[in-house]
Amino acid sequence: MLLEIAGLASHYGRIRALDAIDLTVGDSELVTIVGANGAGKTTLLRTISGVQPASHGVIRFRGEDITRTTPARRVRLGISQVPQGRQMFAPMSVEDNLLLGAFTRPRHEIEPELEKLYGLFPRLKERRRQPAGTLSGGEQQMLAIARALMAKPDLLLMDEPSMGLAPRIVERIFDTIRELRATGVTILLVEQNAFAGLSVADRGYVLESGRIVLEGRAAELLADERVKAAYLGL
Amino acid sequence: MTEFFQFLFSGLTVGAIYALIALGFSLIYNASHLINFAQGEFVMIGGMATVFFAAAGIELPLAAVLAVLLAVVVAVAIERLGIAPAKGTSAVGLIIITIGAAILIRGLAGIVWDRNFHSLPPISGEEPLVIMGATLLPQSLWIFGVTAVIALLLWFFFAKTLWGKAMMATAYNPLAAQLVGIDTRKVVLVSFALAGALGALAGVLITPLAPTHFQVGVMLGLKGFAAAIVGGLGSGLGAIVGGLVIGIAEAMAAGYLSSAYKDAVAFVIILLFLVLWPSGLFGLRGIERV
Ligand SMILES: Nc1ncnc2c1ncn2[C@@H]1O[C@H](COP(=O)(O)OP(=O)(O)OP(=O)(O)O)[C@@H](O)[C@H]1O
Ligand SMILES: [Mg+2]
Repeated sequence: MLLEIAGLASHYGRIRALDAIDLTVGDSELVTIVGANGAGKTTLLRTISGVQPASHGVIRFRGEDITRTTPARRVRLGISQVPQGRQMFAPMSVEDNLLLGAFTRPRHEIEPELEKLYGLFPRLKERRRQPAGTLSGGEQQMLAIARALMAKPDLLLMDEPSMGLAPRIVERIFDTIRELRATGVTILLVEQNAFAGLSVADRGYVLESGRIVLEGRAAELLADERVKAAYLGL
Repeated sequence: MTEFFQFLFSGLTVGAIYALIALGFSLIYNASHLINFAQGEFVMIGGMATVFFAAAGIELPLAAVLAVLLAVVVAVAIERLGIAPAKGTSAVGLIIITIGAAILIRGLAGIVWDRNFHSLPPISGEEPLVIMGATLLPQSLWIFGVTAVIALLLWFFFAKTLWGKAMMATAYNPLAAQLVGIDTRKVVLVSFALAGALGALAGVLITPLAPTHFQVGVMLGLKGFAAAIVGGLGSGLGAIVGGLVIGIAEAMAAGYLSSAYKDAVAFVIILLFLVLWPSGLFGLRGIERV
């Protein structure tokens, strides 16, 4: 197992945002977590990245207990995140945002990686000198994904990459996700758009009020009556 | 006109010193959104420690280097012992911690060293240059030169090196900085160390022109803070321009009005900017109200 989470809980002050979470992600899997507003999806990804403390439970990455490890070290171990809301270094250039994505990597690997990602996202190459904050929403999302990839992650966490984007752009984002998984990147995707999120996934989890209430093959979840009623608007 | 140039030279000299102090405020503010009111004490340490190291028989240049290192150690200690353990404390709480640290440092300086005024010899003589009838001391040239070199080095570091960019990234978006693997705690620590060094350097440079004393950090710190506010907290260019603005305004007020107004000028300017233009000349955002 690449990622194993057992009995994980996390709190904001006295508010419990995650409770008894058990979750696994295997090598080269694409796993989607669906859940409504405030279900705890972002908190879960923040806890995996280490920017939010776990109050109970363990997180293991390739068998190693990383529950108390610093966020920086987790990036070095191979966990990278595309955060909700894109979180650009807005006044800095597109290229600087990308270079910083590779902060944890040896210097000589940065330039080739940059060229590779420019190949994948030619739009970003055109805009490399522009401040990231001046890009359109879709371009910023592409930049957020590219920045996370600059770390050459073994596990890519993606928090609602389709949020607030036009349908045409959302499709492009999901195309990108499919391409990434075809290249073997393991992805843990969080989506409010349950249909789109589960459609690209191998497996899925349904999160409600900080607890996992359902899990299974993505195809099964898409066919599940409760999922249909609550998340697919069917 | 001679008078005007005389006031201008003295304003630029002291303004460059304020600029170095203001850079320290901005560095720490960027890394941790904290206003470090112990910044002036680094200036005091720079001057006083050089004086006392020299009195102990250490060659002056080495004494100055040791004084700067001492300020770095003190700055790092403030961060490690005062700020880092107080994670989650409000902005006001953190400011109070820095004020407490300043009072402690000042108290220790008064005991470990003494409560007298001390001076240092200028770096290269006291033979003034005469420009437009006004005199300019060689020490002023040293101050301009060192400040300019520091400004260039800082610019290069923040604009051209990956570590400098990582520090800016931490200022712009601390969450994203952590998520790309930047150790933001180290960024805060490095900022404190740099701020300590800049403050102490200012203290070493100004002591030949204005005698030092264990309490000299109070006023110098406030002037540096005023400079940072005028330029926009967090902006390097702003710190330099702000320092020169405060220095010149103060020298003109002292020269043309009365030296009694000298210190009041900085306070009036701080108040005006905080009320009318909180983001300052080059600031990206207003400071949070504290
Ligand atoms: N910084 C915070 N302080 C206090 N409570 C928080 C904080 N962030 C989130 N919460 C609470 O924790 C719960 C889970 O929030 P979280 O952001 O993880 O949900 P989410 O599933 O990502 O929602 P969304 O789809 O809106 O992004 C919510 O009840 C939220 O109000
Ligand atoms: Mg969320």
